[in-house]
Amino acid sequence: MIKPLVNRYKTFDFVNRAVAQDQVDVSHRTILYLEDVSVSFDGFKALNNLSLYIDNGELRCLIGPNGAGKTTLMDVITGKTRPDSGSVYFGQTMNCLEMDEPAIAQAGICRKFQKPSVFDKLSVMENLELAMKADKGAWVTLFSRLNGEQYDAIAEVMEIIGLTAHRSQQAGVLSHGQKQWLEIGMLLIQQPKVMLVDEPVAGMTHQEVDRTAELLLSLRGKHSVVVVEHDMEFVRSIANKVTVLHEGAVLTEGTMDEVQNDPRVIQVYLGD
Amino acid sequence: MIPQRILLRTLMVLAIWVVPISVFSETVSAENVEDPESLTFSQALSGLQNSSLSQRGEALEQLSKLQHPRIILILQALLQGQLFQIRDDGRLVIAEKQKSGYQIQLAQTGEKLGNKESSQLKKLNLTNRLRSQLKVLISRLQLNSEDPSLRLKAVKTLSKRPDQQAYTLLRNLSQTETNHDVRQALQLTFALQDLKSADKSRRLQALESLKHLDSVDAMNQVKRLTDNDSDGSYLEPDDDVRKLAKSVLTKIESRRQFYSSIETIFFGLSLGAVLVLASIGLAITFGVMGVINMAHGELMMLGAYTTYVMQQIMPNHLGLSLLLSIPAAFLVSGLVGIAIERGIIRFLYGRPLETLLATFGVSLFLQQTVRSVFSPLNRSVSTPEWMSGSLQINDFLSFTWNRFYILVFCLLVFSLLLLILKRTRLGLEVRAVTQNRNMAKAMGIPTDRVDAMTFGLGSGIAGVAGVALSQITNVGPNLGQSYIVDCFMVVVFGGVGNLWGTLVAGFSLGIANKFLEPYAGAVLAKILVLVFIILFIQKRPRGLFPQKGRAAEA
Amino acid sequence: MTLQGLKNDKESTVIVGLLAAVSLIIPICNLLFPVDSMFHFSAYTVSLIGKYLTFALLALSLDLVWGYCGILALGQGAFFALGGYAMGMYLMRQIGSRGVYGDPVLPDFMVFLNWKELPWYWFGFDHFWFAMMMVVAVPGLLAYIFGWLAFRSRVTGVYLSIMTQALTYALMLAFFRNEMGFGGNNGLTDFKDILGFNLQSEAVRAILLMCSGGVLIAAFVGCRWLVNTKMGRVVTALRDQESRVRFLGYRVEMFKLWIFVCSAMLAGIAGALYVPQVGIINPSEFSPLNSLEIVMWVAVGGRGTLYGAILGAILVNFSKTVLTGLLPEIWLFTLGAMFILVTVLMPDGLAGLWLRVRRTQSSK
Repeated sequence: MIKPLVNRYKTFDFVNRAVAQDQVDVSHRTILYLEDVSVSFDGFKALNNLSLYIDNGELRCLIGPNGAGKTTLMDVITGKTRPDSGSVYFGQTMNCLEMDEPAIAQAGICRKFQKPSVFDKLSVMENLELAMKADKGAWVTLFSRLNGEQYDAIAEVMEIIGLTAHRSQQAGVLSHGQKQWLEIGMLLIQQPKVMLVDEPVAGMTHQEVDRTAELLLSLRGKHSVVVVEHDMEFVRSIANKVTVLHEGAVLTEGTMDEVQNDPRVIQVYLGD
Repeated sequence: MIPQRILLRTLMVLAIWVVPISVFSETVSAENVEDPESLTFSQALSGLQNSSLSQRGEALEQLSKLQHPRIILILQALLQGQLFQIRDDGRLVIAEKQKSGYQIQLAQTGEKLGNKESSQLKKLNLTNRLRSQLKVLISRLQLNSEDPSLRLKAVKTLSKRPDQQAYTLLRNLSQTETNHDVRQALQLTFALQDLKSADKSRRLQALESLKHLDSVDAMNQVKRLTDNDSDGSYLEPDDDVRKLAKSVLTKIESRRQFYSSIETIFFGLSLGAVLVLASIGLAITFGVMGVINMAHGELMMLGAYTTYVMQQIMPNHLGLSLLLSIPAAFLVSGLVGIAIERGIIRFLYGRPLETLLATFGVSLFLQQTVRSVFSPLNRSVSTPEWMSGSLQINDFLSFTWNRFYILVFCLLVFSLLLLILKRTRLGLEVRAVTQNRNMAKAMGIPTDRVDAMTFGLGSGIAGVAGVALSQITNVGPNLGQSYIVDCFMVVVFGGVGNLWGTLVAGFSLGIANKFLEPYAGAVLAKILVLVFIILFIQKRPRGLFPQKGRAAEA
Repeated sequence: MTLQGLKNDKESTVIVGLLAAVSLIIPICNLLFPVDSMFHFSAYTVSLIGKYLTFALLALSLDLVWGYCGILALGQGAFFALGGYAMGMYLMRQIGSRGVYGDPVLPDFMVFLNWKELPWYWFGFDHFWFAMMMVVAVPGLLAYIFGWLAFRSRVTGVYLSIMTQALTYALMLAFFRNEMGFGGNNGLTDFKDILGFNLQSEAVRAILLMCSGGVLIAAFVGCRWLVNTKMGRVVTALRDQESRVRFLGYRVEMFKLWIFVCSAMLAGIAGALYVPQVGIINPSEFSPLNSLEIVMWVAVGGRGTLYGAILGAILVNFSKTVLTGLLPEIWLFTLGAMFILVTVLMPDGLAGLWLRVRRTQSSK
């Protein structure tokens, strides 16, 4: 209880809000550290001493067979699941394990879910408005109005995701692909440091897949992006570095070609 | 000769207990008596029958001095107002009141004489004095009984009105007595007598022997020794005696405390048993199916009313009707439950809040139906004899039978349910559907049927719980409502989807409630428990025994 | 769908107009026209309508948490009753020495219980402003504590509903106790006057009705404004996908908490308006059944529309008055049937039905 308070390296939120809110210390290039993370459900080890480092501005693909722990990994990073052991740091200073989901999200780690989970009862516009980077305290939202700048930002994102024509339509009536795009749009408008993208192209047409790949590539450098995807074609088209997970741990890392020729990976995917 | 007498006595003892049923066998045994004393016995009887009210005491004394197996029967009949004279011939008879007139048997031999009108009979009257004399006489006779419980009763009666003669009898008995309880009772009687003795050493000795006895009388008497009288001086003049009395008193007090906490635990367990019974059906429907059944209380109410109806159907067989009520209530409530599931809940799966509202509608409906069919007033359901009364361990500790039976019944139902869920095909299917509905469906399990059966099972158990409730509370239209909040608390506290959790939660809440009651009063205790659960749920939103892992996310 | 219904303000305007008309015309007709005139409304009607309006306010408060926030609160009646008790305590203090026992300080039931002095929590209720503060503060505080505990530890859905029910049940048991100092079984009654005016007089009753109507309209407009702010949209979003909202960086528990507190305060105000019009407040107001009935009003009217709640409360209570007058046994049957039919057949209530009708018409 006392220990974290007297730690001399600890920066308190109230001393410098900016540290907590915006300024991620990426002085060592790495933006996300996961070290020796273990999670178990009723004896089943979903993550087993997993260590993973994501560089600032990097586009990383995570692949692995079902049950390899990809979704659990995302749950741990975003604060949904507490690991049994290990540490998760965002930049040099922010300990994700001490933060809850909203705090992590506000710090700049945002997530797109596997199942499209836009707000069906709200319009496209309102969905984006809610996601938009802003002060998200309860009282502030009571009186907040969109200013011109924010309006432009939303319009720009709607243009990118191709939903300008559907701006006041309820999200619930959009097609599956459009919902996926809206999710991506909600991700963009949060202007996150790290984007966790779970299966972005599931249910998209070929053209849409290409556009998504293009979009994700264009984000490289500005945002760190972690993509979980089963579509190998898609992964090949965007990735320069791929991490393979197996049974809750990192099996191997490298370029797509290296990974594909790794005998262990072949064994995991194809069996003996 | 002697074995025959023992046989006769045993029969007699039996006869006292089951007089109405075994009149016949008794008659046979009585006719076999060919005792030389029967001559004086009949003389003494005629003495009694011709006595005036003032001479009757003497006559009774005479009669009781004889050795004859029927004497005790006759005296008891007299005490209960069942001893009559036939107006025509003056013979003494024992008469049992029937629907019309009396069924009579000859006092002397037990020969049955058929029925008589009340106008043909004349009752032998008693005064209060005679009545207490009679009690003492019967007790004296019973001191020699073969049945230790009768001897114990006799000792207790005699020690309330001690006289020299009684003491001699008791002393004699203490020489030969082997039964532990009777010995203790005797010891108590003597010790209490000795406490009043002028001899200091006898008083001290008496105190020593009282130390180990659990008796309210002993406690009060010892306490008297430590008290002051009105002018402030001690009632007991001697210091040593007083000191010893104090230490004996604390010993007895601490034992009483101990017993009373055992009793509290028992009360708690029995309250817990009621809670478990009431909520275990809910645990199934709520936990296994994710369905909030607000009509659960009313299903219990239906069970209780089924008991009532069964008793109306066979008013002369209380015990049997209660036993039959259990399957009947299970069927009634179970069928109603299935109807609810098929008619309403089926359309609302995956919408728990809506289920809550709809089933609440059902509960109002059932309540009003019962109100219209029976009456808005409470109905009384009688308790069979073997369930009333209590098991007296000692003066400080007694267990009431109905609560004891409910405790046993609850455990029985619980293990049966566990068996069904773990060992039967239905149980397997239920568990499969609980864990993964879609997968179960894909594997060919008829989920619709499983849902209906599960709901029926849960509801049926509610009905069975209703049978148990009918034995401890009033049966009325509001019976269910008063239990529903408690039931939900138990299920939520225990952890949804966990039958063991329900059991532990029910018992611990019951015990907590009973331990709080002496300090806070019944209502406040209940409030405290409710507040505790509300706070507890904040700490552990999934109860004592939560489900873990992916299943819990759904 | 709900939000679309609100954007097009036609229903809301109609409801506000109707409410304003009712709360002006009825009391004025009651006062102006003589008893035998056909335009006269009896004192009974006035207090009945006044009661309906307070119920409508109560339903509105529930719709805010249930319809928009997705919290099925089964303890809304508790906040209503607490507000009512606060008002009742003020009215009790106004009796002064005119009670049956004529004690200058103590209310009758305390004299009856042989109490020697006023309990500390009764102090301050001599003042109207203090009592009015308590009307909102007590329910608000209870809601804050309960909500803070519950939402922070993420008690949701059915669990939350059951907990709120337990809350009101516990309060009912508590208020039934004489030792609590709130009149036990009989509650608070025999009120004489309010702010110095006789409560029995027709003018005061007419004014109370107008107040109820006015407060209801103000609350309705306020709630409508609230649900159309960004906060309202966050709340609507979290109703459907709570964890998603959390991952957007919103502290869901704070949003829920403020809506819950707000709704509890509204319910408290409704209770405070209710008590002087019916002249009694007792612990049965806390009974879980009452709170469930409130849920029914909202369900019948259609949740998540605000005007539906008002409509539902008035309709259900009107039919309750009529039916219990005609055939007392039939009321529970009807209520039970309503619960079942509404949830199974029209989960969006009358408002949902109306919106569907309008949409098919406009698409033609």
